[in-house]
Amino acid sequence: MIVPLSHILGFSSALFVMGLACVLARRDLIMILIGIEIMLNAVGLALVGASAFWQKVDGQIFVIFLMAMTSAEVAISLAMVVYLRRQKATLDADAYDGMKG
Amino acid sequence: MATILFYILATTALAATWMCITRRNPVHAVLYLVNAFFALALLFYLLGAPLVAAWEVIIYAGAIMVLFLFIIMMLELAPDQPVKGPGWRRWGPVLLLSAVLLCSTLLLIVADPGGANGIPRYYASPRTFGYALFKEYALAVEIVSFQLLFAAVGAYYVGRSDKKVTCPGEEVP
Repeated sequence: MIVPLSHILGFSSALFVMGLACVLARRDLIMILIGIEIMLNAVGLALVGASAFWQKVDGQIFVIFLMAMTSAEVAISLAMVVYLRRQKATLDADAYDGMKG
Repeated sequence: MATILFYILATTALAATWMCITRRNPVHAVLYLVNAFFALALLFYLLGAPLVAAWEVIIYAGAIMVLFLFIIMMLELAPDQPVKGPGWRRWGPVLLLSAVLLCSTLLLIVADPGGANGIPRYYASPRTFGYALFKEYALAVEIVSFQLLFAAVGAYYVGRSDKKVTCPGEEVP
């Protein structure tokens, strides 16, 4: 290990909190998705750090699954962004507060 | 050497992420996020995950962020009025972060931390990685492939337009 595990975890939690703040504070749908990306990357960093700490490859494999999950999530969510934009011509998250059905 | 590089790259990633989440223009935010992803890829390499580092650049910075840029430009979400103020205020941070990343990459190539100095560090070789991925986690790989297929079908279903698409030469009934 080049650095203690606690430093890696602290860095990754700082990234996670930044992503969470972005999701909570911004009202733009694109920025909310970017915040989710930041959070997923922070989790990936924690997994790789744990993999280096315990000298096991499993953490890195979980990062690969995380990337596959992120690709699927981004594909669906950006398609939904396009769909919502067609519906109301705005991407403000507060505009979508009603349910139909 | 590797320890100093880790802290430099961590600071770069945090600064780029902070710039990303405070931008008003989503295009600028995406570009700063690409910067942060490059720093994270170098960190992954430092932590002994070269394959994950390569895929971080290829998938995250290459595919996902370009998809974001594509959607932003397709929906014309970026404000079109020019930003007021001097030019360095717009280009200074991204130039600084990119320069730090480039210098770190060169240092990494020249110094090769852990290789020449003999610092013991964990390194997952492609053989170990592939063996564990396709032997121990073979079922998970299959499930993930199904998940990607469902995501593609779902994205097509959500994104289809209601209007009937006609070919240019076709008569509209």
